[in-house]
Amino acid sequence: MKNTATSVAITLKQVQKTFSDGTLALKPLDLHIEKGEILVLLGPSGCGKTTTLRLIAGLEFCDQGGQILFGERNVTNIAIEQRRVGMVFQSYALFPNMNVSENIAYGLRVRGESKELKQKKVQEMLELFDLESYAHRGIDQLSGGQRQRVALARAIITEPEVLLLDEPLSALDALLKKRLRTDINALLKRLGITAVYVTHDQEEAMAMGDRIAILDRGEIAQIGTAEEVYLSPNSEFVANFIGQMNHFDGLLNGQALSFSSNFIPLPEALFSSCKEGDRLRCMARPEDMRLTTFEDATLKGAVSHSVFLGDRTRVLLSVEGVKELVHVDCFERKRYSMGDRVGLVIPPSCLVLLPNSGSEEVC
Amino acid sequence: MKKGMYFYLQLAFTLLVCAFLIVPIFMSITAGLTNNYFVGVKSGLTLRWVEQVWRMYADTIWLTMGIALVTTLVNLCIGVPCAYYLARTRSKLSAFLDECLTLPIAIPGMAIALGLISVYGGISEFRMSWLFILVGHVIFTLPFMVKSVLAVLQSINFRVLEEGAASLGASFWQRFFHVIVPNCKTGIVSGVLMTLTLSAGEFNLTWMLHTPLTKTLPVGLADSYASMRLEVSSAYTLIFLGMILPLLIAAQWLNRKPKRMA
Repeated sequence: MKNTATSVAITLKQVQKTFSDGTLALKPLDLHIEKGEILVLLGPSGCGKTTTLRLIAGLEFCDQGGQILFGERNVTNIAIEQRRVGMVFQSYALFPNMNVSENIAYGLRVRGESKELKQKKVQEMLELFDLESYAHRGIDQLSGGQRQRVALARAIITEPEVLLLDEPLSALDALLKKRLRTDINALLKRLGITAVYVTHDQEEAMAMGDRIAILDRGEIAQIGTAEEVYLSPNSEFVANFIGQMNHFDGLLNGQALSFSSNFIPLPEALFSSCKEGDRLRCMARPEDMRLTTFEDATLKGAVSHSVFLGDRTRVLLSVEGVKELVHVDCFERKRYSMGDRVGLVIPPSCLVLLPNSGSEEVC
Repeated sequence: MKKGMYFYLQLAFTLLVCAFLIVPIFMSITAGLTNNYFVGVKSGLTLRWVEQVWRMYADTIWLTMGIALVTTLVNLCIGVPCAYYLARTRSKLSAFLDECLTLPIAIPGMAIALGLISVYGGISEFRMSWLFILVGHVIFTLPFMVKSVLAVLQSINFRVLEEGAASLGASFWQRFFHVIVPNCKTGIVSGVLMTLTLSAGEFNLTWMLHTPLTKTLPVGLADSYASMRLEVSSAYTLIFLGMILPLLIAAQWLNRKPKRMA
């Protein structure tokens, strides 16, 4: 089964949502999702990601003036049952009064499709999702992972124009989650279906999406590929939301950032655009930093805590002039004890600098 | 484990209470089946009294069954959508309706009957018809149907189920009949059984609303107690028990069955 023929691009123009109590859930939003693209909406709870998904689905309607297009078709005022979407809910929303096959066939049943077509397509789905032996089971006899697969099969059997997934893996355990997200990603790619995927799990977002839109308080903070949002965050919020980030505040001193008795060498692009003595904030990821001997380093700290994580050791350092503990990932099999004095090296190219220079704190 | 004195005391007390409740019923059944109750069982067993009741009161039995069935039908048609509306809507109006629905449980049946008579009693065609009793029964039993369906609706995540069905292209009516109604089945069935038993056994309200031509079983029973031999009224009770017990047992069995909801 290939869905490319029915898939369409999704366009949101000035889509805004105000709830009946007056809360502005979504600020005017412009968004274009290409045909066949998987876009992940990522953000903390209450950021508007589920509202955006429900607006695209037709479960909510946007405020006057907004427009939602599926390809060329304006669906702004069309109810969900006529939008030709497929949706996978967080709680799966499987019908307890129907067995697995009946659940999967439901979309075809309400369309009045023939018995033969229903049987053929359900069989196809059961095979695709490895559910053949569960065809006649009740929903309450399935595990979480199986329910999730039934929900997905039910959503795509009607060959929808877009597929919407609302935190479909959040109810599963960590191991199953990892396996299923790879499976779902491969399936969506094979079907070539336009998909919008909501999650609050950044790892899941990076594994699933062609692009990730990070939402914060009802608006998109940044949209881009996983590499773009991880390596070049455009705001403190994005930098802190995706992965772990260490912050270093100081003054420009020659070609380095200086604070207390520490120095961090800066890349030329930064120091050349700032004046001597300017206040700067630089950030670095734990995996980009390296521990070295205390004596040789320009940036020094003392081990406060270390956690063995299997593939690496996360070392937490207290560094003079830095308010919070500095997190460093150490990939060598080396032990650190509390109080050990160590040096820190940050390659200048790995330093993250926010583009909106000119503010008081940030260059 | 050795059972202590308290266990046996409790058992004795429980059996005593059961006997207190069951012995009169048993006596009544026996009375309806013996030739002469005052002589006792040794006067011989007979179905004579049951036959006599059937001859005299068959119409009340049919009318009772008819009213109970139609009441149930009306409750299904009004009660299920009403429960669905109440579960779906959280407005002042729905809260008010919810309160109104609870009122007939609290108000004495006689008062409801008086209200009906004072408002509609003037429409003689209606007043003389069995429909007048039907209206009273619907008012009295509807809350039980609505509450029972509402309880199930509130225990399942019906909104998400409905959204799921809608996302697959189901219209409102398809969602209602394919998803909502089947998933409320336990509530609907228990509401149906409750309506049937309550309507069949209702006396207070019916006694006020009935006419000589629209007499139901409980009213006939009161009549027979007042004017017939004890054996006849006991046989009448026996017929009533035969009607109502299967329904009560079915209701109990349904309530014991664990609910399996995904």
